[in-house]
Amino acid sequence: MSISFQIVVCGSVVADPLQTLEPVIGPTGPALKNEMMLPAVLDPWAGHALYEAAHLARQHPGSKVWLVSLGPKAKLQQVMMTVAQKVPFDLVALDGPASGFTDSFETAAALAGAIGGIAGLDRARLLLYGGWESASRGAGSTLQMVGERLGITEQFQGVDQVTVRDDGSFEVLERIEGGRHQVSVCDAPPAVLGWATGHLPEPRNNPQVGMVNMRTVMPSLQRAKAVAISNTGLRFVSVNLPKQQRATRIVKGMPAEEIAREIVAWVGEE
Amino acid sequence: MESILLLAHTESDGTLAKPALEALAAALAMEGELSVGMVGAAVEPAANQIAGCGAARFLGVSGPAFGQSRYSTDAAAAEALCRASGAAIVIAPSTSRWARALPGVAYRLGGRIDTHVTHVTNLAAGDGTPAVTRWFYRQRMEAVLTRSERPWMVLLDAGCVVPWSAPGPSGAAAVESVAVEAPVTRTTVTGIQAPKADEQTIRPDAKLLFVAGAGWTKKQSDGAVHAAEAEGLILGFLRAAKASLGGSKSLVDLSGEGEAVLRCMTHLNQIGQTGATPRHPKGLSTCCHGEEPHVVGWRFVNQRRAINLDANCGWARGKADVLYVADAFEVMRRVNRLLEAG
Repeated sequence: MSISFQIVVCGSVVADPLQTLEPVIGPTGPALKNEMMLPAVLDPWAGHALYEAAHLARQHPGSKVWLVSLGPKAKLQQVMMTVAQKVPFDLVALDGPASGFTDSFETAAALAGAIGGIAGLDRARLLLYGGWESASRGAGSTLQMVGERLGITEQFQGVDQVTVRDDGSFEVLERIEGGRHQVSVCDAPPAVLGWATGHLPEPRNNPQVGMVNMRTVMPSLQRAKAVAISNTGLRFVSVNLPKQQRATRIVKGMPAEEIAREIVAWVGEE
Repeated sequence: MESILLLAHTESDGTLAKPALEALAAALAMEGELSVGMVGAAVEPAANQIAGCGAARFLGVSGPAFGQSRYSTDAAAAEALCRASGAAIVIAPSTSRWARALPGVAYRLGGRIDTHVTHVTNLAAGDGTPAVTRWFYRQRMEAVLTRSERPWMVLLDAGCVVPWSAPGPSGAAAVESVAVEAPVTRTTVTGIQAPKADEQTIRPDAKLLFVAGAGWTKKQSDGAVHAAEAEGLILGFLRAAKASLGGSKSLVDLSGEGEAVLRCMTHLNQIGQTGATPRHPKGLSTCCHGEEPHVVGWRFVNQRRAINLDANCGWARGKADVLYVADAFEVMRRVNRLLEAG
């Protein structure tokens, strides 16, 4: 039985996690200091979702991958220069905020609208992918709302593995408490899958893939619709960096045996 | 004062787990009129467990279809309970089950949701309106926020509130059954994959988090790599101390790339910027290196000690209570010996 999927990956850009991040309060609410100056990367868990999508598409000829991304156009362009060299996809760009302080409800509305506008998308074969959380808002709530808006009620979060069976059904491993996985079988698409880490390493840059992708990436960026996220009804009372600094006792020259005794005693303390 | 619904799902034995009791304590602290909504194969044992909590109503959706953790059935049940209660604020524990289902329910109800909340109060906004505290940018900054949209769903992270405990023996609660037709679903839950008991390295309730860094896989003083011994020492400590294992991103990535490193370390163990930020009373880090972005992994660990050869390591200095400048192999060999003897 020939099976093919239409995989839409929702994923945006985040400030490079290795940068120093500092909040500032502006007229429209909190933001990152010098946000537009900070280097950006594809959100890590959305990246895993994209690579898993491309892997699945490669295994099932006739499948296709779209990346739907809401972010400042300039940042998207910067990040796509690298991401587009990783795996084949069509970009659907939305020009709007990618801040962690934007609300997932309105973000989901924008993403669902963009997905609904993809020409020729066969919803009966649709797998909606994304990271189970972002590295910015970290809410883990956007994908479910996008799914609801698209009428998809087979949803999975914290996904580490999808195995497609011969009959078109697929087995899903979702992270649950205690380092365990729940195993489920979904009869058929459409479904929402919020990815955790998965099992695939980041693909190497492939300039040929990049050249093919750029045929759709650049036009998509040029015609990216402007999206306003107004955070209706949401008010930030404060945003602060943690200030805690511990007075570290540095123990040098203590014999290993003595350190071990001290650690064992500490471990045993109530 | 606004009406509040505590939303909880039962465990396989029909009772409520600790995160649900923590969410109950948080809901009671809000001092609004409290209803409790429960979902499970059967909900009476859970209702009886918290009969004395002072809730005005106990609502339940039960049946075999609702005993399993699955989006479509969980969302249908939660939606029905929210509508039946009419509550303005819905507080629920941030379990994998509710984290999957409740954002969709918030959409269905025209409400909003905040997840990974660490504190909920009537006081922080200054005008008596409810406000929640949560972290942004992967635990890099903490915000207090409030909303005017209702219903407002709040998923409370585990370990942030002292769980509610019954003042006396459990009673008998009158549960109002909320009728929900189980939705047609294409998803069948077939089981749970868990490591064997002796291979279990993630223990959310452990008193101690043991954090292993990439230094375990580097060349040691004799010029050789001792990955097998490192794994033996780490697993030996986890067994003896009943500790949970966390790993730095660099170490976990090495394992994922198929290098012969620590087989016990997977992405599930990863803590930090792109991993988990578990809550444990104590943390012992070994061979960890890095600066601020990586240190978020133990932001919610109370007492912290570190073993590291570098006295100036940013992971430990200013972040740990005690830094032992020593060889972790040497120290952990002796620690394990003492624990086994003790």
